[in-house]
Amino acid sequence: MDNLIALLIAAPLLGAAVLLVGGRRLDAVGHWIGTLLSTTSFVLGLVLFAGLLGKDAENRTLTQHLWTWIPVGGFQADVTFRLDQLSMTFVLLITGVGSLIHLYSVGYMEHDERRRRFFGYLNLFLAAMLLLVLADNYLLLYVGWEGVGLASYLLIGFWQHKPSAATAAKKAFLVNRVGDMGLSIAIMLMFTTFGSFAFGPVLSHTGDTSEGRLTAIGLMLLLAACGKSAQVPLQSWLGDAMEGPTPVSALIHAATMVTAGVYLIVRSGAIFNAAPDAQLAVTVVGAVTLIFGAIVGCAKDDIKKALAGSTMSQIGYMVLAAGLGPIGYVFAIMHLVTHGFFKAGLFLGAGSVMHGMNDEVDMRKYGALRTYMPITFVTFGLGYLAIIGFPFLSGFYSKDAIIEAAFAKGGTQGWILGGVALLGAAITAFYMTRVMLMTFFGEKRWQPDAQGHEPHPHESPKTMTIPMIVLAVGSVFAGFFFHLGDRFLHWLEPVTGHSEGDSPIGATTITGATLVCLVVGVGIAWARYGRKPVPVVAPRGSLLTRAARRDLLQDDFNHVVLVRGGEHLTRSLVYVDHTLVDGVVNGTAAGVGGLSGRLRRVQNGFARSYAVSMFGGAALLVAATLLMRAV
Amino acid sequence: MSATAVHSLWTTAADPISKIDTPKIEYGQLAPTLIVLGAALAGVLVEAFVPRRSRYYAQVFVSVVSLCAAFAAVVALAANGYGTTKAHIAAMGAIAVDGPSLFLQGTILLAGLVGLFTFAERRLDPEAHGNRVDSFAAQAASVPGSDSEKAAVRAGFTTTEVFPLLLFAIAGMLVFPSANDLLTLFVALEVFSLPLYLLCALARRKRLMSQEAAVKYFLLGAFASAFTLFGIALLYGYAGSMSYGRIAQVVDGTVTGVDPALAGTMGNDALLLIGSAMIVMGLLFKVGAVPFHMWTPDVYQGAPTPVTGFMAAATKVAAFGALLRLLYVVLPGLRWDWRPVMWAVAVITMLGGAIVAITQTDIKRLLAYSSIAHAGFILAGVIATSKDGVSSVLFYLAGYSFVTIGAFAVVTLVRDAGGEATHLSKWAGLGRRSPLVAAVFAVFLLAFAGIPLTSGFAGKFAVFKAAADGGAAPLVVVGVISSAIAAFFYIRVIVLMFFSEPRPEGPTVAVPSPLTMAAIGVGVAVTLVLGVAPQYFLDLANQASVFVR
Repeated sequence: MDNLIALLIAAPLLGAAVLLVGGRRLDAVGHWIGTLLSTTSFVLGLVLFAGLLGKDAENRTLTQHLWTWIPVGGFQADVTFRLDQLSMTFVLLITGVGSLIHLYSVGYMEHDERRRRFFGYLNLFLAAMLLLVLADNYLLLYVGWEGVGLASYLLIGFWQHKPSAATAAKKAFLVNRVGDMGLSIAIMLMFTTFGSFAFGPVLSHTGDTSEGRLTAIGLMLLLAACGKSAQVPLQSWLGDAMEGPTPVSALIHAATMVTAGVYLIVRSGAIFNAAPDAQLAVTVVGAVTLIFGAIVGCAKDDIKKALAGSTMSQIGYMVLAAGLGPIGYVFAIMHLVTHGFFKAGLFLGAGSVMHGMNDEVDMRKYGALRTYMPITFVTFGLGYLAIIGFPFLSGFYSKDAIIEAAFAKGGTQGWILGGVALLGAAITAFYMTRVMLMTFFGEKRWQPDAQGHEPHPHESPKTMTIPMIVLAVGSVFAGFFFHLGDRFLHWLEPVTGHSEGDSPIGATTITGATLVCLVVGVGIAWARYGRKPVPVVAPRGSLLTRAARRDLLQDDFNHVVLVRGGEHLTRSLVYVDHTLVDGVVNGTAAGVGGLSGRLRRVQNGFARSYAVSMFGGAALLVAATLLMRAV
Repeated sequence: MSATAVHSLWTTAADPISKIDTPKIEYGQLAPTLIVLGAALAGVLVEAFVPRRSRYYAQVFVSVVSLCAAFAAVVALAANGYGTTKAHIAAMGAIAVDGPSLFLQGTILLAGLVGLFTFAERRLDPEAHGNRVDSFAAQAASVPGSDSEKAAVRAGFTTTEVFPLLLFAIAGMLVFPSANDLLTLFVALEVFSLPLYLLCALARRKRLMSQEAAVKYFLLGAFASAFTLFGIALLYGYAGSMSYGRIAQVVDGTVTGVDPALAGTMGNDALLLIGSAMIVMGLLFKVGAVPFHMWTPDVYQGAPTPVTGFMAAATKVAAFGALLRLLYVVLPGLRWDWRPVMWAVAVITMLGGAIVAITQTDIKRLLAYSSIAHAGFILAGVIATSKDGVSSVLFYLAGYSFVTIGAFAVVTLVRDAGGEATHLSKWAGLGRRSPLVAAVFAVFLLAFAGIPLTSGFAGKFAVFKAAADGGAAPLVVVGVISSAIAAFFYIRVIVLMFFSEPRPEGPTVAVPSPLTMAAIGVGVAVTLVLGVAPQYFLDLANQASVFVR
């Protein structure tokens, strides 16, 4: 069974190769090939999952060694896969939600003439993501990490004819590079510290390593996670990434790419456990992003960007939980999985709405769509209820667990983090209710599009609605299923470890507080967007609203600090390069050239001069030989 | 003088004659050389007896068959272990049949065969008066520009003598690296030099330049030969023998059975040092090492390009072979004396070739200076004085000769109204107009520059490694620096070909016959195979790297 692991990755990789190399003759069937191979991977995942369930909890780690890449001295880079409970969870999420999104894309991309290529990229994305979560060492993980970055670049910029999409792709790539730098430095530090990249040696020797080193490694890993998971300060790419086709947004923001950072932190738990400072930094990043994303989500009128802000915020929850250590690891992953369901559902729903509304994204031009798109309305609505933490739906269990864990951190930190998490829950309820009300309720505010076509909203085709329905079912029941008898906790505990922590207030009180926050958030939203009509043109709004519309000035900040600063730095470097480095290089070149010109004159074409030179040479040769003997 | 005295003179002279043993000649082991020599003589007979119209075909046939047969003989000898276990000295001590001999003979024969293809090319020049013409003068003896020359062209004369001349040169080159006594060495030197002087003078176009090159080459070659011959005399004076083995024994002081008449004059170290330096100088002239290199650019530029290609490749192989044998078999006991001197020569050869090449504007001169720099690189391997040094030099020579012939073959293709367009400015934008030819030439240039995945890299790596292991690390540093300088002008040509605008009146690329295509194709194939998978050939060279003593 071990050797099925490689096939998990091989299936979508094969799909990517076939679709991208196959060329135009595969246009007619390309999307089905892609969907089939992605589903194959999912089925393989299920088989492996069944196999794991058949074993004892302690023996659920499988490894498959394929080959050793470069054995040089102490440097050993193995291509080895590890399948344990943590990676199994990710595999099922990635391939399951991924396959649904493939199916959805069949309908969504129907009129795109580059659909085959799109599916090739999707498959590439899946393969890279699977490599990331299945790698048994950090170096191989890095390969997957970069592969994900590449595939996301290709997918975000898929509509490359739009300058905004091309720019967004570039932005995502560049911001991710900053994070990648962190990961590569972390890997190098690991090698110098532990002499290995493999999870086994690295994670089992954290006890006998200095805390300073571990903190450095932890912070670098956190930087990497910030890049991939769009956490402050590397969050700016996520909103722009909405330029990609909607299935991409669903794939990137729900199931895969953004969860990579959480995976990295949870996988490296042993390092963070031994480096409390790094751990604290993780929680701070999580808490800040949680609020940051939520505020951005409140102000956006673009439905996908509002959801993107929400994603940022929800990943903030996960990072916060992961930063809590063994108290939170399990819940971070649990929220990750439930979020995978409802956020993918929400994005697919948003895509379905856009599909029916001539690709309009401004929610101010929606309204009253519930009767026109009933299936979308119901599935989106269930996703909505799940994300705000409506009792007994998925989000309720996972988010509540994180809030409890935050309080359980203890001390002042516990109170602050718990308070932030609660506040986040209230804001989540507000902005999601706002999205719901502006889209499906109120009166029609539909506008003709740029070509003057009136929108005729209609329900989407089956290939699109079926995935939405499946995801809605997941959004409703997954949390309860995981919660029942602490199943998820027992499943993941052998890998991540778990401790209860020490909560100053009881679980029931916290749940009650969460529900109060929920009601307050929904209520405010209802008062502002349900009772009063929504203006088609956005009002000027308060200072905070205006800042939030500009993503809380993140791009302005980046521009002033990084771009300007970078320009100054490069200008001075260029100056040094031109004067100093080029001076030396050009000087050498000019010197050699001048010497060449001078030596060339010796070659004057007269045989007599040549003979003299030979004679001189021979004389020197003889003299030198004699001299050598004499010395 | 009285009758009896005359009689006694006659009888005393006659007596010892009957005591001379019949020389024992191992014809089988000398077969490669003998086949080529025989074919060369047959070629002379062809010139005399075969009608003019069929001569070209007859000559090409004879040459190709003989070179193939000779190569087969080399392979057969090697397969029978003459390169390793059965290596020995044949022909009464004159010829060594051992690994380096056979490896270099094989290389020379293959290079000669490929060179022959370029000699036989007759489609590049436009037909003159309905006759196909090759690269060689219609009638070598006619004065350039004279009426008799025009008449010869009109009559469709061709100098088919080039084929026997080529075979003679190849035969000399086969003997040169395997010569095991100084006299044989000298005879071989002259046997391969004289045909080359002649061949250089035979260009069809730019005949004056060609003749000037030939005269220069001849004068300087004769000058160098004089040094060599004088050196041989001095060494004989030192050791009382021409034989390599015997001289080596005298150098080591292990000699036995010295003729008492010679004992008094033997062992004078001044004779040894001066003599060996002068012989080495003659060999350095042939490989084109600084400061004995000055003939190279002029001759390479003036000679017909097929001759240049052949000469640049095969002469270098033969001369380095002889140099290796001389230094490793005759003078190993003297290495503390010659190594520092050779260090200096290698350094100035590498740097000098690379630096002067930078300002060249003619592609043939550029390649000439490049060949000088390469001679320096190979010298670095020679200096290693180890088995690895020998094998790396053997490998380098094999790779280098095919790159060289291929590169010069490409030069023959780029033509304008005046024949070959060798000025670099005319090559601008060639990559736009003839991407394939430019790409092939780029491969050769990259191999010259020693870029990985070409034979040039594998060879350079091998010689530098051997040199570094042999304690010549500073030499390797200089070698790498000169490689960097050299890379500049190789890459510059590539940039010129691919990234410059083509000139409106620029040259065209002639479509060659399969002969030149084969020469270029073999060049590219060998370059890439030795670059991508060099191990088999490195092993082969390594097996072949032991000299018989």
